[in-house]
Formats: sequence, structure tokens, C-alpha cells
Amino acid sequence: MSRASQRASRRKRPLGQTSSRLLVGTVLALFVLFFALPVLWLVLAATKTDQQLVNNNPLSFGSFGALKANWDALTAFQDNAVLQWLGNSALYAVISLVITLCVSIPAGYALAMTEFRGRRALLVSTLVVMLMPSATLVVPLFLEVNAAHLIGTMWSIVLPYSFYPFGVYLTYIYFSTAVPKDLLAAARMDGCSELGVFRHIALPLATPVIALVGFFSFVANWTNYFLPYVMLPESNQMPIQVGVGSLLSNVPQFNPTAGSLGIERPQLALATLVAISPVLIVFLFAQRFLVSGMLAGATKE
Amino acid sequence: MAFVAGYVLLLIAFGVLPTGYAIYFAFTDGGGSFTGFSNFISTAQDFRFVDAIGHVAIYLVFWLLSLVVFVVALALLLHRVSSSRASQALRFLYYIPGALAGAASVLVWLFMLDPTVSPVSSLLGALGFHTFGEVIAPGNLPVLFTIVAFWTGAGGWIVVMYGALNNIPTDVMEAARIDGASAWQTAWHVQIPMLRKWIIYMVILAFAGGAQLFVEPQLLSLASVGVAGRDYSLNQLTYDFAFQMNNINGAAAVSMELLVVSVAAAGVFVARSGFFDAD
Repeated sequence: MSRASQRASRRKRPLGQTSSRLLVGTVLALFVLFFALPVLWLVLAATKTDQQLVNNNPLSFGSFGALKANWDALTAFQDNAVLQWLGNSALYAVISLVITLCVSIPAGYALAMTEFRGRRALLVSTLVVMLMPSATLVVPLFLEVNAAHLIGTMWSIVLPYSFYPFGVYLTYIYFSTAVPKDLLAAARMDGCSELGVFRHIALPLATPVIALVGFFSFVANWTNYFLPYVMLPESNQMPIQVGVGSLLSNVPQFNPTAGSLGIERPQLALATLVAISPVLIVFLFAQRFLVSGMLAGATKE
Repeated sequence: MAFVAGYVLLLIAFGVLPTGYAIYFAFTDGGGSFTGFSNFISTAQDFRFVDAIGHVAIYLVFWLLSLVVFVVALALLLHRVSSSRASQALRFLYYIPGALAGAASVLVWLFMLDPTVSPVSSLLGALGFHTFGEVIAPGNLPVLFTIVAFWTGAGGWIVVMYGALNNIPTDVMEAARIDGASAWQTAWHVQIPMLRKWIIYMVILAFAGGAQLFVEPQLLSLASVGVAGRDYSLNQLTYDFAFQMNNINGAAAVSMELLVVSVAAAGVFVARSGFFDAD
């Protein structure tokens, strides 16, 4: 906006309350449609047959019978492959989540609350690595994991997932803004050991940030595609993300070279729904922490 | 210090070591002897390399512009919603697709963009698209990938910006109101300048994320034989070099280039914004 037009608009009366509210409401509602409509469609698509998907209203409900039939067809694909992929995803995501928490919470705590040699260097390297796009390291990681003879084992993705500098950074921000150092100093004076201070004072205070780091790392691990795509090409080791990708190439409408034994679009929609449901469930539980935790980060000035 | 030992170990194993590995491979040949910049030169001369850079660059322009404009606008609008319950519900709805990152979001949008099944097929028709093939024509891909990325990524940033807006001291906003500033003027002269740090932060992370485009074009190449090739983005090209053409050294060279560009962008950000001032 130019200076002149600013002056002009300053002289104008502010837009009428109702009309500006209407405008704000309309824009916000349009974006609700943009964000939510595809999810709603996906849920409904899973309840239809392929013909219903094409012919019926896109936002109509099919039938529970069709849902059941889709589920049966989906699980029949490669003999329960979908369930195996889900199990793989859960295994990979949970193990790396546990390692991430055990490693990053103490590290963020120490960076924020104590002085030690190399603290600054560690902080700076964490920030640099955090901003480094992880996908560019996939090929070098492959070489490293290959040299360690871990290709084809779950450790080839679980260990790289466990390295989560963003979690360390979040914990660091949280402790340095939300927990007073005096509190820890007092506990030390009362004769508490360093480990005791961490276990009895810091950890109980850290619940929100543990939930936050846990949520972000779980989602990041669950939704990662490139790394497992490279490290675990065998179908029985794939996580669900890579699995639904390979389902896609068995849908004749998307891939004309797929044979007649392929799966249909509603089954692919159902598979997508199944792939995201664990994240949605965790999300519902973590939502309280999410908003307040993001604000905790936002208070750093 | 015992508290950081585990993290330092992981940092070395999965941050420092792979970076070192990438450097080593980028400057050597298959036999391990030093080759200078020849891997960089030979990959740059690959006929797909310049195209891939162009694709990623155009995509980044669309993606970063839409992110800044819409995220800031939506956060400001949400901040004007007086009912806290409504604003919380809206933030939740906007955030839901965030759970669908990765392959799932691409699959959802393959459906949304297929006129035979899409709930907005009439909208697609009005824009002149009647078949899936017309929608995913090569010229449309940067916009389509932007839509997918925005759909999954914007909600989280809206929540962050909303939080930052909440942290603007009330007396500042009060002063603006007493001075008779309109909503527009308050947004432009008070709120957006105070969001600056967060906007830069978002742009840098989105840049790093966007430059590593992989799953979207990769899945699209499965869904559309021949439209988006398996060499659309730079990361697809590294995958192709490493696992199809058996040219690990070339792949490492391209990885290095991506890494240098992203870390340089991050460095500019750290230096210019002071966001990470530690003490």
C-alpha cells in the first residue's frame, strides 16, 4: 500500500462491522472447505464400490457392505500385506520414538540448564543440522548403513529416525524459557545429585515438551517415505507409506499397465485412510499440548 | 557430560558422518581416487539436470509465495475471530491435513484432481480440465505440487503464526487502536513486522523442505505413465543416479549441491534474523 492511499484510507470510515465480518467469515470458511473436504471425501470414498465412486454424488455415503468388501479386497492383496505394513510402521515409529525421547530430552535439558565444554558448539551444530534437509542425506546414509551391513534390517531406518535435532531444540527452548534456573539451583543446594535434579525436578515439569517432541517425531517417522523407500525395498519390510505407494501402481485407472488382479480406487482410498488413522488418533490426544507447546516456542523473543 | 552423550553419538552417526561420506564420494570415483570436481561436472552435463533444477526452482517460487501470503493472511483473519471456541475449531480443521503428509497426501490429491471421481470435478471442468491427463499436464505440476504441500503444511504454520500474534503485547495493539488505525493498517504496520522473524523461519524451513521434493513426483510418475518422469526433481535424480545407473559418486555430488544450497540459506537466516541467538 502506498503512503498516499494509506492516508486516504485513514480518512475513510472503517469498514462496516457486518460486511467485514462477512468477508472474514467467507474466506475462513472457504479454507475450511479446502482443508477438510478432501478428508471427508476420502472417508466416504472408502464406503463405495468403484462404480458408485464414479456415478454417485462424490459426497454421498455408500454402504457398510461395500466398506466391508473393500476391506476384504484390500487385506486379500498380497495376503494381508496391508496389515503387515501397518505393523512395520508402528514398530519402526515407536522404537525410534522411544530412542528419540530418551536421547533428546536430557540433551535439551543440559543445553538449557547447565554449562559444559562444547555447549555452544553443540547448540550451533544442532541448529545447522536441524535446517539441513534430511532427504539430501538419504544416499550418503544408504552408503553408511551399507558399510555397517545394516541394509534390509529395521535399524537402517530406526536409527536415522532416532536422530531428531528438532526435538533437542524444542526441549532446549522449553527449558530455557519456561523453567527457572533457580529452581534447579535450590534442589542442588538441598543435596540433590545432577541426575536427581533431572529426574525429580526437571522431568515432571517437562511433560508438555515430551508430548510435543513425541508427537512431532512420531508424525515425522510415520510419514517418511524416501528413507524407507531406499533402505527397505522388500514388500514384507515396507512401512505403510511405501506400501500405499506400491498399491497405487496396482490400480488400473492410475496405472494402465497394472493387470486385472489389481485393486480398485475405493480400496486405495481405504488404504490411505488406514495409513493416516494412527496419526489422526495421536493428533487428537496431543492437540492440547500442540497449541500450547507451539505457543511456548513462540514466546521466545 | 552424560546428558548429551547419546545425542552427540546420534549427531555424529547420522549428521556428521553421512555429510562426510557425501563429501568423500562427491570428490572421488568408484575406485576411491580423488577426482576433483569431475562428478559435479558430469552430473551437471546430464541432460536431465538443468530441467530438474528448473522444475524445483519454479515449484519453490509457487510454494514459498503461497505459503507466506496465505499463512499470514489466514493467521491475521483468524486472530480477528472474537469467539475463541470458533478460532480453536478452525485452527484444528486447518491442521488436520498435517497428519496426512507423505504418500497419503499425494494419493488424496490424485483423487481430487481426477475429474471422474473428484468432488470438485465441476470446478475442474470450469477451468477446462476434463480428464486426469489434462489436469496433470507437465505445465501444471508446480501448481499441483504446491497445492499438495500447502494442504499438508500450512495448518501447522497458521497455528504458529496465530501464537506469535497472540504474543504481541496488548498495549501495542491498544495504542494502534487509539491512534485510529484500521484493521489493514494495524496488520501492515504493527502485526506483520512483529511476525517477521517467524515468516523468515517458515520460509527457510519451507525452502529446505521444498528443495528435497521427492514423494510427490515419484508417486505421480507411478500414477501417470510418462507425464511426470522419474527424474522430475533433483532428489529423484540422485535416486536415479545411485540406484538405477549405479553412479553413487554422481548421486553424492548432487546431494552435496542440495545440501550446500540449503545450509547456505540457513546460514543467511541465522545471521540476518538473530532468531537463534542462544543467550
